[in-house]
Amino acid sequence: MIKIENLHVEVEGTQILKGINLEVKAGETHAIMGPNGSGKSTLAQVLAGHEDYEVTKGKVEYLKKDLLEMDVDERACEGVFLAFQYPVELPGVNNTYFLKSALNAQRKYRGEKEIDAMEFMDLISDKIKLLNLKDSLLKRPVNEGFSGGEKKRNEIFQMAVLEPKLALLDETDSGLDIDALRVVAGGVNTMRNKENAIIIVTHYQRLLNYIVPDFVHVLVDGKIISSGDKNLALELEEKGYDKIIEEAKA
Amino acid sequence: MNQESETEMLKEYAEQEYKYGFVTDIESETLPPGLNEKVIKFISNKKGEPKWLTEWRLKAYKIWLKMKEPHWANVDYPPIDYQGISYYSAPKNASEGPQSLDEVDPELIETYNKLGIPLEEQEILAGVAVDAVFDSMSVATTFKERLAEKGVIFCSISEAVKEHPELIKKYMGSVVPQSDNFYAALNSAVFTDGSFCYIPPGTKCPMELSTYFRINEQNTGQFERTLIVADKGSYVSYLEGCTAPKRDENQLHAAVVELVALDDAEIKYSTVQNWYPGDKEGKGGIYNFVTKRGACRGKSSKITWTQVETGSAITWKYPSCILQGDNSKGEFYSVALSALKQQADTGTKMIHIGKNTKSTIISKGISAEKGQNTYRGQVMIKKSATGARNYSQCDSLLIGDKCGAHTFPYLDVKNTKSHVEHEASTSKIGEDQIYYCKQRGISEEDAINLIVNGFCKEVFRELPMEFAVEAQRLLEVSLEGSVG
Repeated sequence: MIKIENLHVEVEGTQILKGINLEVKAGETHAIMGPNGSGKSTLAQVLAGHEDYEVTKGKVEYLKKDLLEMDVDERACEGVFLAFQYPVELPGVNNTYFLKSALNAQRKYRGEKEIDAMEFMDLISDKIKLLNLKDSLLKRPVNEGFSGGEKKRNEIFQMAVLEPKLALLDETDSGLDIDALRVVAGGVNTMRNKENAIIIVTHYQRLLNYIVPDFVHVLVDGKIISSGDKNLALELEEKGYDKIIEEAKA
Repeated sequence: MNQESETEMLKEYAEQEYKYGFVTDIESETLPPGLNEKVIKFISNKKGEPKWLTEWRLKAYKIWLKMKEPHWANVDYPPIDYQGISYYSAPKNASEGPQSLDEVDPELIETYNKLGIPLEEQEILAGVAVDAVFDSMSVATTFKERLAEKGVIFCSISEAVKEHPELIKKYMGSVVPQSDNFYAALNSAVFTDGSFCYIPPGTKCPMELSTYFRINEQNTGQFERTLIVADKGSYVSYLEGCTAPKRDENQLHAAVVELVALDDAEIKYSTVQNWYPGDKEGKGGIYNFVTKRGACRGKSSKITWTQVETGSAITWKYPSCILQGDNSKGEFYSVALSALKQQADTGTKMIHIGKNTKSTIISKGISAEKGQNTYRGQVMIKKSATGARNYSQCDSLLIGDKCGAHTFPYLDVKNTKSHVEHEASTSKIGEDQIYYCKQRGISEEDAINLIVNGFCKEVFRELPMEFAVEAQRLLEVSLEGSVG
């Protein structure tokens, strides 16, 4: 699905990622863990195509194409989805209308027929239940006045509707209480299949109790210092980052 | 003026040099540039006006001569040479007057078709009566009969002067007097045509009325006059839309619109304005200096102004309401876009005189590229207006960093038992908002349209359905290429 090779990234002249190597195959879920400031979110943003992040070295191959050559919306249309850590508010823009516009933009890109409002409502009715979203949330402007939990659920709802090939979840668990966490994780789990892949960026292990990853990578100071299965996350939780960093250095 | 003296006058003008060629192949009778009493008499005579109206025009002209062009607005333009403007132009065979569309000059119909408003189709499909103003002269009026059944009068001002002089005498200038301001005085002196509408008591006008203003003649100032009178308990919705073909000379437009609502009457006046804004350097656009005012003269009457302004090089426009009748209501909903080098100084005046009068102002200003957008609003609550209420909300949206937004709210409250509320905000389309939309697959241009439409929603929903769609499309076209 995606192959990241020796990726170096700078933000305003500061080197953040210092040689990331990572391959994610279809059907896999990978978790990227790391202390604050290690470059986790940078990785997610650079894959989505944020302009502030400058790739200085390395390459990213996505579905046999050069991902770094594509513009943000092109990547989205090719199936890359980023669930934002801080979803952006769009005052006055109706949430349902926004999502329909996004879906139709992607359908158009793929050469599929755009769908009308009625078909769209049919399509989303199940997904609304899946994420236990209030009807009122759909009619409100995108993310405006949403609680932290509502914003995150709305992100996963968008993901459920857009059905990306590669989903990047950036700190999706932050700001969620345990019930909301369960709902969000449940939503993500029902979407997992052999055709798509997920990269979860998280500081804490607790989300991984619900979305069990196939692989866990520890990112420290712009480099992956350790990789393993779900047990690595448990170990991290138990020992703390410092210990793992020490062990990796040793 | 008799036939002979008219010929002489034309001869006199013919001896002067024609500065500009005609624009279309239609034979126009265009006066050479210049303004004096003779010109006014010529216009009045040409239109076969009664003496009182000729005098009325001359009085306005004398007032205008003593007035100075206002320069308090936040706009900047080279001085206008009022003697360099031609004040009369009309299709030549107009005096005979076409009885139906078939009799209309085919060239004229062709021009309309190019502008995308085929009259025939509108007649059949849209169910809208169109009083089309082409270069100051009404050449076609449709749907008159259906309106006549209800007693609704919808015709050109010139026709109304002949057919309904008592109404014109009573109401014209009663809301915007000749002496009101520089441009209103000029308009009163030289207005060539426009629309008149009268809704009889207790009547709901059976269709939306609309007038399409077109400016086609080069360097011909347009001085339209519109007068709408809604008698007791009546209702009318009036749509005004403007487009103009591309031109190189700056064109002055100084219209006057007067609305009168008697007891329990309601007037909705909606404008989607798309005059040529000029090129990237601001060259060639329309100067729009218009006076629009409505009088809620009767108790519980209501006037709503809704405008979407995307055109003109310079806009100077303040649709206002005089809330005279007790319990009367005034509303103003506006979207004003300034892109390229456009300058818009627009807003409203709400003058509360009657008891328990209410006004609402929702203004949305959008600035892009080098556009400058100014909201100027005045809420005046007179001593007599006990229980008056006003709510004002002025929001500005900036796209890019070379544009500007300015807000000048004036409050003048003379009655302590009244309530005035004002909210204002300025926001910028954020990079993060565009990024968020793009990450969902939406292109940058669509993302901006989405955000702009969201910003304008409160105003768009006040427009009649098909107008709202047109307004959205207009904003999209106007913003094309303004980012990125």
